[in-house]
Amino acid sequence: MTELTTTPARTPKRRRPAGPRRNNVWIHLVLSIGAVVMMFPFVWQILMSLSTNAEVQSVTPHLWPAKIQWGNYAEVFRQLPFLDQLRTSVVITVIRVLGQIAFCTLAGYAFARMHFRGKNLVLGAVLSILMVPSQVYLLPQYQIIKDLGLLGTMTGLLLPGLFSAFGTFLMRTAFLALPSELEEAARLDGANPFQVFWHVMLPLIRPSISVLAITSTLWSWNELLWPLVVTTNSDDMPLSAGLATLINDRTVNYPIVLAASLLATAPVLILFIVLQRRVIDGLATSGMK
Amino acid sequence: MSSVTSPPRGAAPATTVRKRGLRRDGFWPWLFVAPLVGGVAVFFLWPIVQTAWFSLTEFGVFGGTTFTGLDNYKTLFQNGDLYKSIGNTLIYTVITLFNVPIAVVVASLLNTPGLRGAAVYRVLYFLPYVAMPTAVAMVWRIIFNGDFGVLNYVLGWFGIDGPYWISTPGAAIVAVSIVGLWSLIGFSVIVLGAGLKQIPPDLYEAAELDGASRLRQFRSITVPLLTPSIAFLSIVSVIQGFQMFDLLYAVLGTTNMNPTVFDSMSIVYLFYQAGFVTNEKGMAAAIAMVVLVLVALATVVQFRLQKKWVHLD
Repeated sequence: MTELTTTPARTPKRRRPAGPRRNNVWIHLVLSIGAVVMMFPFVWQILMSLSTNAEVQSVTPHLWPAKIQWGNYAEVFRQLPFLDQLRTSVVITVIRVLGQIAFCTLAGYAFARMHFRGKNLVLGAVLSILMVPSQVYLLPQYQIIKDLGLLGTMTGLLLPGLFSAFGTFLMRTAFLALPSELEEAARLDGANPFQVFWHVMLPLIRPSISVLAITSTLWSWNELLWPLVVTTNSDDMPLSAGLATLINDRTVNYPIVLAASLLATAPVLILFIVLQRRVIDGLATSGMK
Repeated sequence: MSSVTSPPRGAAPATTVRKRGLRRDGFWPWLFVAPLVGGVAVFFLWPIVQTAWFSLTEFGVFGGTTFTGLDNYKTLFQNGDLYKSIGNTLIYTVITLFNVPIAVVVASLLNTPGLRGAAVYRVLYFLPYVAMPTAVAMVWRIIFNGDFGVLNYVLGWFGIDGPYWISTPGAAIVAVSIVGLWSLIGFSVIVLGAGLKQIPPDLYEAAELDGASRLRQFRSITVPLLTPSIAFLSIVSVIQGFQMFDLLYAVLGTTNMNPTVFDSMSIVYLFYQAGFVTNEKGMAAAIAMVVLVLVALATVVQFRLQKKWVHLD
């Protein structure tokens, strides 16, 4: 196991060979065949979402729709509770990501930089969650949400996901890597521990916080099992669960389902393309534990 | 909260010895950890205990539970569903594990010095990992469709008569595994890319001077030095494989729409089915405990095996 470095080191610029450029044609050939395979489902999804239902179901595949059916995208909003589901997805994702950042940085800081009785025991208990598959706590979580009368509500959807053992681990590692001088200086100046945390230490782990934000956004947006369990009405569902239930609904045409799923996944795809470098560095480092 | 945050007795001896020399933080640390530890205790730690207890009970129709000892486990182990679901989970896990060797090849090609467009390739390979599984499942269902799916159409060119992927037992789990494989490659490429950056370039330069071919360099430098990342990715793939649910649910649909699902269930799907469809929560808890043991075993086995082939310096 290599060290987990949470501050993504600026990757050195790949050095270009000084000598004559090698012939990379075959490498491009292999990589682009691979890329075509990887991209094919997305391309197919775009094409089919712009076709008619008959074209999608024709036995000889139509590569290109005879007439581009932009109307399918309008139908998504007419036939499906897409906007409600989108709102739910956005709200629960934003709150869970902010909650995880708040709780995990606070706890991670205390676990990394403070001394208190029983610290290792409490930390061990929190981190033990990382080893436990989610089904093991899912039923009781459901019972809690049910007993609180929160089934089908946004609060019920987002509540357990406010707390993350992985995030705590990530933040603790980030704080551990910081030098202690700054902290000591601030303390001598009379700052209380919260002020030290807020003004001095937190700004220093920004890269790690963005890693946490990215991983928890992805997880929250795409998660299926929990929303499927705590919501029954499709108006209350986030997009992931809402789409999954569409498969079992034969009244909705293929192109509309495809258009809806494309719209549902687009936000994370766009977010990723915009923040590419951050995401790649972040996932690479979070993966290197 | 107070019960959670009061210092546990067990840890006292070790800390009291060191305490004197260290800075005292008083109540502050507890304020910092209280929200997280409280939430984790209520929503994660205590539920684990509860699930263990639930697995020994039967849930009444009108609420309340009765202690039934190991009955749930007995039924579970006598019923073929568990073994079938473990088998399906293993098929899925083995097929998706192929993402690692594929990613090793892709990542090392991407690492070619002076390769143009490497960043673009990386994004393209990575998009399936970011995409919402339920959303991509929709288009895969259409690609796999037995009547009008493009996959069978293309297979037809080679004279292969493709099955009804979604509704044929056996084929369905393979179809789901292919989607899983497709979605995992990008993540592995990224992690391996980070691993490759840590290989000192002079190793390749030295090999070059010794006249080693690129293939030889790949075999003798790249692969051995990537083994820590490869080991990590295999463990992650296996753990995720055991957790497979989303794709199965989204590609195949529910049991009442597609009976093949009964033959294609993963362990987690079996858990979902028992816990929330047929409402046998005690049974679902027993399944969850079995998953816990299986994941723990798989992890231990992997760590053991890892010692044999992972290159550590």
